[in-house]
Amino acid sequence: MLYRENGQFKTSYAADQQVFTIAQDKWFVLGVIAFAFIGVPMLVDEYMFRAILIPFLILSLAALGVNLLVGYCGQITLGAGAFMAIGAYAAYNFFVRIEGMPVVLAMLLGGGVSAAMGVLFGIPSLRVRGLYLAVATLAAQFFCDWAFLRISWFTNDSSSGSVSVSNLKMFGWTIDSPVDKYLFCLGVMVVFAVLAKNLTRATVGRQWMAIRDMDVAAEVIGIRPMYSKLSAFAVSSFFVGVAGAMWGFIHLGSWEPAAFSVDRSFQLLFMVIIGGLGSILGSFFGAAFIVVLPIFLNQFLPALGDLVGISISTAAVSHAELIIFGSLIVFFLIVEPHGLARLWSIAKEKLRLWPFPH
Amino acid sequence: MSRKIGDVILDLQNISLRFGGVKALTDISFNIREHEVRAIIGPNGAGKSSMLNVINGVYHPQDGKIFYRGAERKKMEPHMAASTGIARTFQNIGLFKGMSVLDNIMTGRTLKMKSNLLLQALWFGPARSEELAHRRKVEEIIDFLEIQHIRKTPVGRLPYGLQKRVDLGRALAMEPQILLLDEPMAGMNVEEKQDMCRFILDVNDQFGTTIVLIEHDMGVVMDISDRVVVLDYGKKIGDGLPDEVRSNPEVIRAYLGAGH
Amino acid sequence: MGFFIETLIGGLMAGMLYSLVALGFVLIFKSSGVFNFAQGAMVLFAALAMARFSEWANHALGGDSLLLANLIAFVGAGLVMLLVAWVVERFVLRKLVNQEGATLLMVTLGITYVLEGIGQTVFGSEIYNIDVGMPKDPVLMFESVFEGGILINKEDFIAALIAALLVGLLSLFFQKTPVGRALRAVADDHQAALSIGIPLNRIWVIVWLVAGIVALVAGIIWGSKLGVQFSLATVALRALPVVILGGLTSVPGAIVGGLIIGVGEKLSEVYIGPMVGGGIEIWFAYVLALVFLLFRPQGLFGEKIIDRV
Repeated sequence: MLYRENGQFKTSYAADQQVFTIAQDKWFVLGVIAFAFIGVPMLVDEYMFRAILIPFLILSLAALGVNLLVGYCGQITLGAGAFMAIGAYAAYNFFVRIEGMPVVLAMLLGGGVSAAMGVLFGIPSLRVRGLYLAVATLAAQFFCDWAFLRISWFTNDSSSGSVSVSNLKMFGWTIDSPVDKYLFCLGVMVVFAVLAKNLTRATVGRQWMAIRDMDVAAEVIGIRPMYSKLSAFAVSSFFVGVAGAMWGFIHLGSWEPAAFSVDRSFQLLFMVIIGGLGSILGSFFGAAFIVVLPIFLNQFLPALGDLVGISISTAAVSHAELIIFGSLIVFFLIVEPHGLARLWSIAKEKLRLWPFPH
Repeated sequence: MSRKIGDVILDLQNISLRFGGVKALTDISFNIREHEVRAIIGPNGAGKSSMLNVINGVYHPQDGKIFYRGAERKKMEPHMAASTGIARTFQNIGLFKGMSVLDNIMTGRTLKMKSNLLLQALWFGPARSEELAHRRKVEEIIDFLEIQHIRKTPVGRLPYGLQKRVDLGRALAMEPQILLLDEPMAGMNVEEKQDMCRFILDVNDQFGTTIVLIEHDMGVVMDISDRVVVLDYGKKIGDGLPDEVRSNPEVIRAYLGAGH
Repeated sequence: MGFFIETLIGGLMAGMLYSLVALGFVLIFKSSGVFNFAQGAMVLFAALAMARFSEWANHALGGDSLLLANLIAFVGAGLVMLLVAWVVERFVLRKLVNQEGATLLMVTLGITYVLEGIGQTVFGSEIYNIDVGMPKDPVLMFESVFEGGILINKEDFIAALIAALLVGLLSLFFQKTPVGRALRAVADDHQAALSIGIPLNRIWVIVWLVAGIVALVAGIIWGSKLGVQFSLATVALRALPVVILGGLTSVPGAIVGGLIIGVGEKLSEVYIGPMVGGGIEIWFAYVLALVFLLFRPQGLFGEKIIDRV
């Protein structure tokens, strides 16, 4: 009853091209953001921050980046983890090698390096597509795995091969408690989500989607494939790189290349598929789902086992996790290729008509 | 008709195109004059679509020269052809299925949008005003094609006839000099064909756009085109005014078989 | 010189095994357009089944005849792969006819996870041995030609022979049998094949079964060499550059590609590796394939793709 757009007329193109054309949507989203900034820090304990909220925020930023490339531009990537690694290690080098480098700037520069590498590894996309491109991005993944393990310059010649950062300060604010970290990640994520939304509704976003839907037709109407694809690679890698830097700096604190392995790449791709290809909101749904599901299964399955009198080992839980993830991927691709985001919009459609569906 | 047919705008000389051993086009020459409606006809597999693909740079002929406004055109990619003012529609509809009608037509404005990535990301200043200005232009095209009611509909959900119209709209959004139409009326019923004919003639009349048209419906071709070129098995077998072509014995043979 | 040849032969042997896995890729891609990322998981799954069945059969037979136990296990594992093929066709492929390649690729990523999960749940997740009685001792050859001769692992040699035999059989199967002809027809055009009465669904089950058997053979060879463990699933990642290099639709391509990658990996590891700190064989194969892609997007023997508008 409350969710109606009746009487909300658009009198200018500017009004018609807002992000949320229905006023209730706008207030709802603003409300959620306000609650995340003010309400959540008062309600939630430290474990929630560490295990769920911070990983969720950072991974949803990475998923957003992957979605721009895979969901919007249609260029499949199996190497997102590599670009997280590039972002993390580049930011690390800027941070420890340059005296007085601000944390945020180091992270952004890390994203910038990742974007440049994204363009480099995106060049094959001009010649090859689909499956072949997936292999090209895997090349990036394996090369980075190797480079950050074997080339000691990248790790500032640290003897153990793992690197760590500490004493993160921004404008006199030291980011060390879980609440600080959470607020920092939340702020970054909101900003990047807005940027992503803007890009996808502007001409560059339309170019990406045109390339995705029908590349020959796109070229015929004057879209340069090189610019479109490489810009998608650059923007996507920038997002993913910044997320990588945050993953290293804020979530992990100290890390090794294994933190950004090919499994991470697959995980990001799965977030995007389950959440919804070509949907900003979907990236968040997907990230939330994939962060929460293992934790849920770890609690739920042994409890269920106890109930029926079988003890379920952690190994069994991790196998069950594989099966459930795999089945969900297959399920979503077959039944709902637009993922959770599509289910959400169907629910909204229903709500608009409720309680008089005819 | 009041519109004045101008000089030769596009001149194709001795075009030959091969795919491996298959000859798609052999030694074809013809020209297109400014503001005219030029039809390309011929049986299936005659090389008509290949001809359009050569004109807008999707295929690169092995032999032959193309002169555009008097200057020889070097080997070019489709988006470069687009930037010189050549637009086209597709035989099997080349719309972007995941996007709305409005967004599809907006993609036609790509070449005219200049703001940089950063401003677009911020949705700020020139990027925003540019977006709105082009939206205004696109709305004019939507009005022209009478598709206001479906502007926010994803094109995948539209019936065939309307999709064809959106395809035309997207090409028009480029404000082309030359518009290539690949079977714009295939699979349409009589009313839809009449609508489409009206749009094509209006475009030609109001905007002075040169039109190159592939069509199978002879009635339509004879009615709306100024000159007709006939292809068969990748060779040119006729060229001239509709009436001349209609009475050309070789054309009749190609269409009706050798026995006639 | 002897050392070089030894490395070369070692590379060729490893390459033959890559070819086997790549062959599974090619079979499935040719007939259904699916880039089957799950091929590696199938190798693991088949090897796990083989190892456990053989263990159980051996136990049941009282350890009398290893050969018989292995035969039973082979048939059993083959049946398991038939089941996998049937389930994949029935519940996945059938619902995704005419989808884009990228979607199908992502689906097989899902299948990969499911197979890995089920395989380890059903068959266990420890390291198992497959003992098919292959000789493990190395032999010296060509002592008269080179000083010191060349050390060759007999097991590798037999494995390469088996792989070569399998490749030959499959080529015959494709070229000479009615099923093979139907497979090629399906590969060319799904709809046309359907319209002349080729049962698409059954063909897919057959192809996935054949790919499953190929995976089983690859799994047995690798498993008897290195033990059956989770890392077998990553074999798919090693074999991917092979198919890219050889061309996705070409059986000879898979073989030649496998040999090139095998040799390239070994030579680069031995001759370039020490200069940059080692461990380069994984990405070297990828970069080799990538560079190759830029010049010949369809691969060595792949069919050239022409865009139609």
